[in-house]
Amino acid sequence: MADPSSLATPSPAAIRYESNQFRCEGDWTLDGIEGLGPRLQAVNWPADGVELDGSGIGAIDTTGALRLLNLIAELERASHPARLVNLREEHRALLDLVRERRVSAGALAAAPVPPGALERLGRRVLYHLNGGWAFLTFVGEAAMALGRLALRPGRFRWRVLFSDIETAGVRALPIIALLSFMMGVVIAYQGGQQLAFYGANIFIVELVALTMLRELAPLITAIIVAGRTGSSYTAQIGTMQVTEEVDALRTIGIPPMDLLVLPKLLALTVALPLLTVFADALSVFGGMVMAQTLFGVDFSDFLDRLPKVVTLTSFLLGVGKAPVFAAIIALVGCYQGFRVRGGADSVGRQTTVSVVQSIFLVIAADALFSVVLGGVGL
Amino acid sequence: MNAATDPAPCVIAVRGLWTRFGTTVIHENLDLDIRRGEVVALVGGSGSGKTTLLRAIIMLLQPAAGSIQLFGQEIVGIGERAAFRLRRRFGMLFQQGALFSSLTVRENVAVPLREHTPLPARQIAEIADLKIALAGLPADAGDKLPRELSGGMLKRAALARALALDPALLFLDEPTAGLDPVSAGAFDELVVQLKESLGLTVVMVTHDLDTLWQATDRVAFLGEKRVIGYAPMRELTQAEHPLIRAYFEGPRGRAAREQVCRAR
Repeated sequence: MADPSSLATPSPAAIRYESNQFRCEGDWTLDGIEGLGPRLQAVNWPADGVELDGSGIGAIDTTGALRLLNLIAELERASHPARLVNLREEHRALLDLVRERRVSAGALAAAPVPPGALERLGRRVLYHLNGGWAFLTFVGEAAMALGRLALRPGRFRWRVLFSDIETAGVRALPIIALLSFMMGVVIAYQGGQQLAFYGANIFIVELVALTMLRELAPLITAIIVAGRTGSSYTAQIGTMQVTEEVDALRTIGIPPMDLLVLPKLLALTVALPLLTVFADALSVFGGMVMAQTLFGVDFSDFLDRLPKVVTLTSFLLGVGKAPVFAAIIALVGCYQGFRVRGGADSVGRQTTVSVVQSIFLVIAADALFSVVLGGVGL
Repeated sequence: MNAATDPAPCVIAVRGLWTRFGTTVIHENLDLDIRRGEVVALVGGSGSGKTTLLRAIIMLLQPAAGSIQLFGQEIVGIGERAAFRLRRRFGMLFQQGALFSSLTVRENVAVPLREHTPLPARQIAEIADLKIALAGLPADAGDKLPRELSGGMLKRAALARALALDPALLFLDEPTAGLDPVSAGAFDELVVQLKESLGLTVVMVTHDLDTLWQATDRVAFLGEKRVIGYAPMRELTQAEHPLIRAYFEGPRGRAAREQVCRAR
């Protein structure tokens, strides 16, 4: 074996024809066999059997040994039965080891036939149906746990609830403030230009207040929270699932539902309506700033008109949607966390699914609200 | 391997090593030599810095001071390119396997090959299958995902990945931890067999007394932030140092030694 403790470049493996003998030369190692194929093609094999002299081999490793064995097999197939002679003892031992192990590797089962289009479609449908069913089961279990909690409120983990409210609510204030202010500015600017065209600048109050309070502020807040908090719920529970912490909780006798899901669900149900009110205020403020700077509606006019055009109903309708959105986000986030199986890649995949699903469901629920509330004339 | 008659060159030479986490000093002026072809175990109580030393040697952790030579090359302050070249010369078996969970076992073994060699995909798959068989796994294990394997198979799959590039140097972090006695014994045998047939140098962190007796040539005992004993197991257990005595004189230590003495 060449000195593996040096970092010298290996000499390339080769086969040379010399005085009626084929001599294997160089290092038959992972580095040495690089580009061996072309070098072998230059060799003129005789019509009958070949004797390969292995005494010139410098170093050999399992990859080189595998290559050498493959070469002999190739020669045999091309009707040049080959024989290795004059191998050093330690090289022969390694070759024997590789030959013996390779046979068992060769006994590999054929790869399973990839399923056809119809089967794939069927599997996908079944997968999603099962997923939907499992989600409903999860929602049911959460409701049961909530019921148990209502019977024995003393067992509730208040400390977890408050820390969850802080992370999901208080820490989200800056980003909600910034984004809802900008939304107010954009709505006021786009709408105000059209209104100014008719000299109806003062109606900018209706425009901003009604759009934001009733529709956009709850929706924007829910989407931000889904991306910010829902994803973190999935990642946290998913990682705990991978490290068997969820199982540890079960063994200790703490239902994961009680510790991991209910506090999050309740925290978000409290935090999201409050965040929505906050977003309402900031977005109206954004609209006010725009109205004063570009459309000549100053703060006092705006604030004077605001309570006359915004009914309590439209404000409450907006805020009232928030707890529903919160439940969707928390339940989807936690459920996808529990769906994690295996390792890191699964955590990533379920987190993506969690965000996409909760945003989709939030928007779908919003549409449903519009239809139903429109139907009852609100 | 007899040290006096066969002074094989040092594969690893650690000189005056200091490592610290924040203000906690882990190693203080630590020296360690490991010769080619040796199986060396690092032992010591919990928190004595065995794994930290291993991580410093495989360039996962920058020491605060001192020198570490791998294959005669200084690795403290080594450049990116030189480090990349050096990394293909050793394999590491992590304690939990650290197999990539999204890849099958065969793909896991192929990752270092794809990264470091220009070989075609078919040949890489063939080499990967050979390594999987060398690590003692059945042929159908290659298509499985890591989560479908038992603890012992996981360790073997991780060993197959560590062997992917035919390294001259193999690091094992607690290779037999969490294995049943039969699997652990088989793993010890596998390590010795690989060392003999592939001429490997093996450095392992272990608490397994059976492994220490069965598989190692020398054992380095870490304590008081340096190596306080470095000898073949038979001599090390006779050492006077109180930490070493406490480690080997427990009921488990005595049982393991008696078993070895009876077997001989």
